[in-house]
Amino acid sequence: MSFDLGVILDALPFLAQGLGLSLLLTVLAAAGGIVLAVLLALMRLSGFRALRLVSAAYVNFFRSMPLILVIFWFFFLVPLIIGRPVGGFYSALIAFTLFEAAYYSEIVRAGIQSVSKGQVAAAYATGMRYGATMRFVVLPQAFRNMTPVLLTQAIILFQDTSLVFVVSLRDFMTASTIVARNEGRLVEMYVFAAAVYFVICFSGSMWVRRLQRKHAT
Amino acid sequence: MSYNWNWGVLLQDPYLGWLISGVGWTLAVSAAAWVIAFALGSIVGVARTLPNRFVRGAATAFVELFRNIPLLVQLFLWYFVVPELLPEDWGRWVKRDLPLPEYTTAVVGLGFYTASRVAEQVRSGIESIPRGQTLAGYASGLTTGQLYRYILLPVGYRLIIPPLTSEFLTIFKNSSLALTIGVLELTAQSRQITEYTFQGFEAFTAATVIYVVITLSVTAAMGLVERRARMPGFIAGGR
Repeated sequence: MSFDLGVILDALPFLAQGLGLSLLLTVLAAAGGIVLAVLLALMRLSGFRALRLVSAAYVNFFRSMPLILVIFWFFFLVPLIIGRPVGGFYSALIAFTLFEAAYYSEIVRAGIQSVSKGQVAAAYATGMRYGATMRFVVLPQAFRNMTPVLLTQAIILFQDTSLVFVVSLRDFMTASTIVARNEGRLVEMYVFAAAVYFVICFSGSMWVRRLQRKHAT
Repeated sequence: MSYNWNWGVLLQDPYLGWLISGVGWTLAVSAAAWVIAFALGSIVGVARTLPNRFVRGAATAFVELFRNIPLLVQLFLWYFVVPELLPEDWGRWVKRDLPLPEYTTAVVGLGFYTASRVAEQVRSGIESIPRGQTLAGYASGLTTGQLYRYILLPVGYRLIIPPLTSEFLTIFKNSSLALTIGVLELTAQSRQITEYTFQGFEAFTAATVIYVVITLSVTAAMGLVERRARMPGFIAGGR
C-alpha cells in the first residue's frame, strides 16, 4: 500500500477545527480546574476538620475513577439535571474540570506547602488576615514554584482530551477518525494524528523543561 | 429532574452477569498489561542509567515517543495501523489468526504506554541512590551487571514501591480505554446496561463503586508491602 498525503491535505481545515476544539477544551478545563484546585487545596490545609475531610474525599474519589467513566457520567447526568440536551461540549468541559481539579489540587497543595512558614507568620504579624495573606503573600509565591508542574499537567490534560472520542465530540481525534473512516485511509490519518500530538506535547514538555532550568538558577 | 430509580436492575439477569464479566476483563487487561509494562519499563529504565551513550539515547527516545502520544491514539495505531505495516504474511496472521485480537491489542498498547512511565520511575529510583554506592561497588571489583544485580536494583525497587503502585492503579483505570477497540470491560458494560435499561445512575454507580473499592484495596495492600520492604535508615520512614 502507498502512503497518501493528499487525504491529509484535503482534510486539513476540518482537522484544524478539531484541533481548535481540543485546545479550547484544554485551556478552559485547565483554568477551571486550577481555580477549583486552589479552593480544594486551601480546604485541605485549613484548620477545620470537616473541610479537610471533604477535600480529601473529593480528591481520592476522582483519582480512583477512570476518566472515561467520568465523561460518561456527565454526558448522562448534565442533560438530566438541566432538563434539556446541552451538547457534548459542556458535559465534557464539566467532566474535565472536575476531574482535573483533583489532580491539580495535589500540585497546588505541594506548592502552598513549599512556601516557608515564616512568610505566613510575617504576613499575620503585619496585620494581614487569612484572605489577604493567601492572596498577596502565599499564593503568588506558590504559583511561581509550581508553574512547571501545572504546565506538565496541562500537557497531560491535552492528551486526555482525546478521550472525548467516546462521546463523539468533534475534537482532533474524532475528526481524524471521521476522515479516516470516510476515506478508508486509517493508516495515514492515525499516523498523522500521532505525529501532531507528539509534536505539540514534545515541544510543550521541552519548553517546560527550559522554564524549570531558568527557575532553578 | 425526573428519574425512575430501580436499583434492582443491577441484580437482574443478564445485567449482573455483564458487570461481573466486565470486572473480569478489566482485571485481565490490567494484569497482563502490567506484566509487559513492568518488564519492558524495567529494561528501558535501567538502560537510561547505563554508561553506554547509544543505549541511553535509544531508551530516552522510547520514553519520549510513548509518553507524548495519547494512549487512545496509540491503541488505534496498534489496532489499525501496525497490522498494515507488518510484512504481508505477518499482517495477514495478525488480522486473521491472532487469538482475542481486541484483548491482545489492548494489552500490548497499554503495556507499552505504561512501560514508558514505569521506566521513568525505575530511572529515578536508581538515580536517587547515592553515587557512593556505585563507586563502592566498582571499587570492590563488581562488574556493571553485578552492580545492578546486587546493589542498585534491590535498593532502587524498594524506593519506588509507592510510585509503582500508583502506576499500577493508572493501568487499572486506563484499561477502560480498551472499550474503544471493543473490549467489553467494566466501563463498557456499565454503558451497555445504561443503553439497554436507561438506568444510567445505577449502572454508572455500580462501576464507580467497583473501581473505588479495588483502588482502595490495592492501595491498602501495597501499603503493607511497602512497610515490609522498608530499609531501616535509608528513607526516613517514608511518610
